[in-house]
Amino acid sequence: MRIVNTAVPKVDAMALVTGKPVYTDDLAPKNCLIVKLLRSPHAFAKICDMDTAVAAQMPGIACVITHRDVPRHRFTMAGQSYPEPSPYDRLILDQIVRYVGDPVAIVAGTTEKEVEKAMREITVSYEVFEPVLDPEKALDHPSVIHPEKDWHVNFDIGSQVERNLCCSGGFESGDTGAEFSASDVIVDEVYHVKANSQAMMETFRTYTYLDHNNRLTIVTSTQIPFHIRQIAARALGIPKQNIRVIKPRIGAGFGAKQTLISELFPAIVTLTTGKPAKIVFDRTESFIGSTSRHEMIIRVKVGADKEGKLLAIHLHTLSNTGAYGEHAPTTVGLSGHKTLPLYNKAKACKFSYQVVYTNTMSAGAFRGYGATQGTFALESAMNELAAKLGMDPLTLRLKNLLEEGEILTAYHGEKLNSCALEACIQKGREMIGWEKKFPCVRISDTKVRAVGAAITMQGSSIPNIDMAAVEVRLQDDAYYTLMIGATDMGTGCDTILAQIAAECLECELDKIIVSGVDTDHSPYDTGSYASSTTFLTGMAVVKACERLKGKIIRAAGLRLKTDPAALAFDGRAIFNDNEKDDEKNRINLDDLAKSLVVGAGHCLSATASHSSPVSPPPFMAGFVEIEMDLETGKTHVIDYVGVVDCGTPINPNLARLQTEGGIVQGIGMALFEDITYGKTGKMMNNSFMQYKIPSRLDLGEIRVAFQSSYEPAGPFGAKSIGEVVINTPAPAIAHAITNACGIHLRTLPMTAENILMKIREKQ
Amino acid sequence: MQISCDINGKAYTRHIEPDLVLIDFLRDLGFLSLKQGCDTTNCGLCTVWVDGTPRLSCAMLAAGIQGRQITTIEGVEKEAAAFGQFLAAQGADQCGFCSPGFIMNVLAMERELTDPSDDQIKHYLAGNLCRCTGYAGQMRAITLYLGARKGELSCE
Ligand code: FES
Ligand code: FES
Repeated sequence: MRIVNTAVPKVDAMALVTGKPVYTDDLAPKNCLIVKLLRSPHAFAKICDMDTAVAAQMPGIACVITHRDVPRHRFTMAGQSYPEPSPYDRLILDQIVRYVGDPVAIVAGTTEKEVEKAMREITVSYEVFEPVLDPEKALDHPSVIHPEKDWHVNFDIGSQVERNLCCSGGFESGDTGAEFSASDVIVDEVYHVKANSQAMMETFRTYTYLDHNNRLTIVTSTQIPFHIRQIAARALGIPKQNIRVIKPRIGAGFGAKQTLISELFPAIVTLTTGKPAKIVFDRTESFIGSTSRHEMIIRVKVGADKEGKLLAIHLHTLSNTGAYGEHAPTTVGLSGHKTLPLYNKAKACKFSYQVVYTNTMSAGAFRGYGATQGTFALESAMNELAAKLGMDPLTLRLKNLLEEGEILTAYHGEKLNSCALEACIQKGREMIGWEKKFPCVRISDTKVRAVGAAITMQGSSIPNIDMAAVEVRLQDDAYYTLMIGATDMGTGCDTILAQIAAECLECELDKIIVSGVDTDHSPYDTGSYASSTTFLTGMAVVKACERLKGKIIRAAGLRLKTDPAALAFDGRAIFNDNEKDDEKNRINLDDLAKSLVVGAGHCLSATASHSSPVSPPPFMAGFVEIEMDLETGKTHVIDYVGVVDCGTPINPNLARLQTEGGIVQGIGMALFEDITYGKTGKMMNNSFMQYKIPSRLDLGEIRVAFQSSYEPAGPFGAKSIGEVVINTPAPAIAHAITNACGIHLRTLPMTAENILMKIREKQ
Repeated sequence: MQISCDINGKAYTRHIEPDLVLIDFLRDLGFLSLKQGCDTTNCGLCTVWVDGTPRLSCAMLAAGIQGRQITTIEGVEKEAAAFGQFLAAQGADQCGFCSPGFIMNVLAMERELTDPSDDQIKHYLAGNLCRCTGYAGQMRAITLYLGARKGELSCE
């Protein structure tokens, strides 16, 4: 391999580091109407009356839109392939508001000041209901959050909406009851993962306009351009063919932009007024008016025999989807399906779940997508089980670990074809110095250093559902354009896909021009989520390039009047495969490409689509060393070691950065990130002042290593990496805290205050 | 009101509202490198230099820059690209949204501190948040960049 598996810089690097105007708001026309949202102050209420007459007449105001003016088709804002599993429980504006911040009116005008002034002149009277704020009390609560008759699901997801039950389900393999009875040691505990904010640096933003054919163009910071086209068509009641979605460079997403957030508001303004319109969420709105990670309360029961052989695991997840059901049935599934397979050798396993509506902001997609929550619960329970057994926690893992060739019962019966997790554990154990440091080392009267560990897996794309298409064209100067529908959100997929194309076409990287997403021009791609881009779109690139090579050889055969079967292509020339010096039967790619666009030429282009019947899991072992002050509870991560099996890393630098970034987000989640709601349902952490994300002062060393397996279903042996990397810090740090001072923290985040309280309780 | 100032070496005179914030003033003039990541002066994305010192342009009124010199990344493109190459070599420019503010602060640090320790670097840049990279790659880029710059100087 020449270009794959090398650390080339990103193809868009120089534009980004010199501050070029490449993001949504940099490209918006100056004459856009400014769009703002009046939001509900109540967690649960019905709008009885609304007076917008004064506001609509104010200077500069172009329109005021209320629930009376929007189409009545319910939809989901979750970016998923049609028919979406998430329930259709939204309107652009609804008469019932279901969380503090739910939009009540859309106001558009010439300047921000005019719009803000007009918003103050809108009067709304509400009938206020008792909100449901506690997910454990949501079921059968007298307040029914979705009483509407047109609430809709595309297929049975186990919902009882009149009970606030958004969905439910589960499965069992083997006889868990019998295996628990046969167990010598059982751990049975409840773990609580809170809602978190994705907090990407570029907040939600969109601008819209009508083109010369009166088609609606939506330029937006998104991970899912094609799903936006589909959802916007339904929500706005216009045909898909009248919508075009463009994705410029985006300031990251982490799943937040796998849901429509800001898109429909300027879109309906543009449809109403005919004018270009723009909305830019400020940070507060980004916190209170988007989606968070699903809060999950997970009960884990694990049973083993005296030797530490796992007999049974039961995981029950209660997930809080908030006011709307975006990604509700799918995230909860991952809390079991992407954790239990690690311990595939257990004789029996069971997974059950319920997802409830509450009057908090809707939950949605966030890197890890349920697997993160499940990993905290199951890995914490495994560490507790090891302690109960008096066994080294790594030994417990190694004893029960899944292996290549196994059929993974809890993973839809998929066969595991690539797995280097054992090597990851061994490597990480060495790197952190487990033998010397486990469980802890006292360094002073008040300070102790301790280590902890956890393992995890994720998937690579959604099998049989995700679809990626690409098109690669030979251009007349012998360079190629690679048209993709996958969205680079800073993850570097434009670069990675170009590397794969350059490898296949045997050319230099700069001969590949990657053309980002425009639904009028790009081939269809479900979008960048579910750890699918490298694995799925990458494979489509391999296929398309192979096809194009065949076409190039055939075109050369025509020119040379020779049988193409005898020709070969080495990236620069097409030549007689048996007779390299045969100058008569040789043509440079450059000459061929030029000749193809003149007269009776033939534009060479190849398209390929790819979907995968399997979702090969990447793996990671995470090890942490913390230093804890026993008097204050203050805990500092001094060293984090992550060893990853992502198959072949197509670009080792970008894979490393994904890992480092994921680990740090995981550390933030473990130690301080927390969305909390006040008594009336108002979000308390709506700025970086109250919602702290890690700064560079909060971190010690982060060390990353790769132990690569080779995945036969992936391009050049690659699997995914984007999500798996966020999963280990929370359970590993919880483990280290136990090892430091003997307490068990089963609720996140593990702030100094919470740690200290537990230490005091124990004393 | 009217203000006059120097932006990236060019004189500007404009009529402005007294409550116009500096970042909006600069973006309106076309300095689109400036990014806003928060409403609470926590993120550092909006960093520019005012008379050579890094300042948060979201926390200053445009009225306050009367007669002063503003530098944005557009005005130090060569230096930004020189350091940016080190960032890119690490793959530490992910979404890039934090880059302009971060790089302005790195370049300011380079002018202000000689031979900074890792700790000094971290403290100098503490106000520059990045949600993508986890900071480690940025740190490697800074260390290599400062090392290379020193190498250059000692060669002269
Ligand atoms: S925009 Fe966040 S500090 Fe200025
Ligand atoms: S690179 Fe995305 S915020 Fe720093």
